[in-house]
Amino acid sequence: MAQAQPLPTKPQPDTGEQYLLPGNTYTSISRTIGDVPLVSPLQTPRGWLLGFTIAFLLLMLYFVSIAWLFIKGVGIWGINIPVGWGMDIINFVWWIGIGHAGTLISAILLLLNQGWRNSINRFAEAMTLFAVACAGLYPILHLGRPWLFYWLTPYPNTHGMWPNFRSALAWDVFAISTYASVSLVFWLVGLLPDFATLRDRATNIWAKRAYGLASLGWRGSARHWHRYEMASLLLAGLSTPLVVSVHSIISLDFAISQVPGWQVTVFPPYFVAGAVFAGFAMVILLMAPVRAWYGFQKYITMRHFDVMAKVMLATGMIVVYGYFMEVWAALYSGSRFEEYLLFNRLNGPSAWAYYGLLFCNAVAIQPLWFRRVRQSIPALIIISLIVSVGMWLERYVIIVISLEREFLPSSWDLYIPTFWDWSLYIGSFGLFFTLLFLFIRVLPMINIFEMRLFHFQEQERLHRREHGGHGETGRDIVTGKSDPSVASAD
Amino acid sequence: MQNRAAPEIYGLMAEFKTPEELIAATHKVKQAGYSKLDAFTPFPIEEVIEEVAPGDTGVPRLVLLAGLIGAATGFIIQYVGNIIDYPLNIGGRPLSIDNWPAMIPITFESMILLAAFTAAISMVVLNGLPMPYHPAFNAPRFDRASQDAFFLCIEARDPLFDRAQTSQFLRNLGPVQVTEVAN
Repeated sequence: MAQAQPLPTKPQPDTGEQYLLPGNTYTSISRTIGDVPLVSPLQTPRGWLLGFTIAFLLLMLYFVSIAWLFIKGVGIWGINIPVGWGMDIINFVWWIGIGHAGTLISAILLLLNQGWRNSINRFAEAMTLFAVACAGLYPILHLGRPWLFYWLTPYPNTHGMWPNFRSALAWDVFAISTYASVSLVFWLVGLLPDFATLRDRATNIWAKRAYGLASLGWRGSARHWHRYEMASLLLAGLSTPLVVSVHSIISLDFAISQVPGWQVTVFPPYFVAGAVFAGFAMVILLMAPVRAWYGFQKYITMRHFDVMAKVMLATGMIVVYGYFMEVWAALYSGSRFEEYLLFNRLNGPSAWAYYGLLFCNAVAIQPLWFRRVRQSIPALIIISLIVSVGMWLERYVIIVISLEREFLPSSWDLYIPTFWDWSLYIGSFGLFFTLLFLFIRVLPMINIFEMRLFHFQEQERLHRREHGGHGETGRDIVTGKSDPSVASAD
Repeated sequence: MQNRAAPEIYGLMAEFKTPEELIAATHKVKQAGYSKLDAFTPFPIEEVIEEVAPGDTGVPRLVLLAGLIGAATGFIIQYVGNIIDYPLNIGGRPLSIDNWPAMIPITFESMILLAAFTAAISMVVLNGLPMPYHPAFNAPRFDRASQDAFFLCIEARDPLFDRAQTSQFLRNLGPVQVTEVAN
């Protein structure tokens, strides 16, 4: 606990039992995490520059795709009647689903008092924000006349018109804009004390001023912490139903329609589970390299990967249940169109997508039952990649297969994505990773103050265990413990 | 106790090495009868908060109020827009209050939106932030309060405050150092 010690250097073996490897001090936590963004621009790691360059080039592809879309219109995509929703909506649902794991980690696990979330919540929340940014642009881009997107909001206008609030598409506008704003607020509130740490650690005057301005003059007063904790708890409590509502509302875009395969009541919970499933896969995919590059194995341990894999397995099995329910609903409906949809999924021209999704989301996750798999980074990366593809295929199956063969056989047609469909999708990774690289460059990617709190709680737990359960509170343990030699040091 | 300190200093700041020492010290300072005190810590410490800043934060009430206003506003806008001002028959949905279920999603989202912003903004404003200057920043090594040091401050406006006696009292609690903080 003595913080005057030099930084611990001895590597600790990670047995997959702990969330925080031993050998930390408040000083070492503040330094190792806080100094990553404070590195001088000239000493930016080469790997970061390379990654940022690739991401930035992809972002340019994104801009080119959008510019061409604005010039030519949505005809450059493969969408047509009957498949009016193609990769634009597939990718929208895919991206926003990925975002949901971040809110789950930051809000629901906070309410459940899961201390291990502290190591990953900042990163996961950032992932949420950037994924929502990628997602939110898709519905706007596919409007046809994207510059009139504000018609979806109730604003005073000379047309004397109002949006149709009773449409799921209007609900979408409110759900996604609320989700993006609330996630941003939650993230910024979490950053406030860390800005103060960066302000106090920065040596460059401009960095000090910038972080100082962002910290709003935070000084760590107990009164402030009291309100801060209350506000965080309330934000978590508000975000929890919010995240459930957002993907439920997105599922209602489908579920309140009459298209075969969309009109299923299981959609809202099944979409929410699928979102968390895909999101955790993405968290694993991003955390594994980042913790290796920045040497954060001490804070993000194998135990973290173990629990994340468990969440992935659990939500994955809920999704598999959803697949069974879809089949059952089709067989039980007595509707020829629903029955035909099932037949079409299994035998139609896009059956590869359905079998692919069953393999990716149902079969490929089964090894996660074994601890050895959950604690192996290569295995987790492979499974997470498969899951990410699988969840994309799920949206492809729901959207494209249903629309390809709707009610009237005379209007059946296949959907074939064009170059611009793919370029916009690949380009959206550019937007996502550009923001993510900027984030890890200028902001602490692990919540520093929560790690200090977690360290404190772990120490208290250790202390209690050593003292055989005596002294229930921290106060009892330490009364009279102050060292007189320290007092004379003044 | 008679010679109350002139307000030329903000207070006396004691620095502790560990949160456990700060918790013990806070407890003793509180027992000694001091009331105008504050602790500055790198992370929230429940035991210290209970001693230093007990009671109501004022945030939950505001959030509840904002949530209710948000929900009401969301619902009224939809009702006025789709039922009164611009009624449009879409899919035979009733053009009356009977259509309330279709208005719930947006009502809910407006409630969350306003409540969440209120939670964050009321926390900042009630904390008196943004406040770029505060006397506490004058304390030596106060830049560690956001990293690894734990500070306890007895303010000069405390009725029991006495520059010499309070300073001695704090020194007996085993701090790294006790310093006077300029106002």
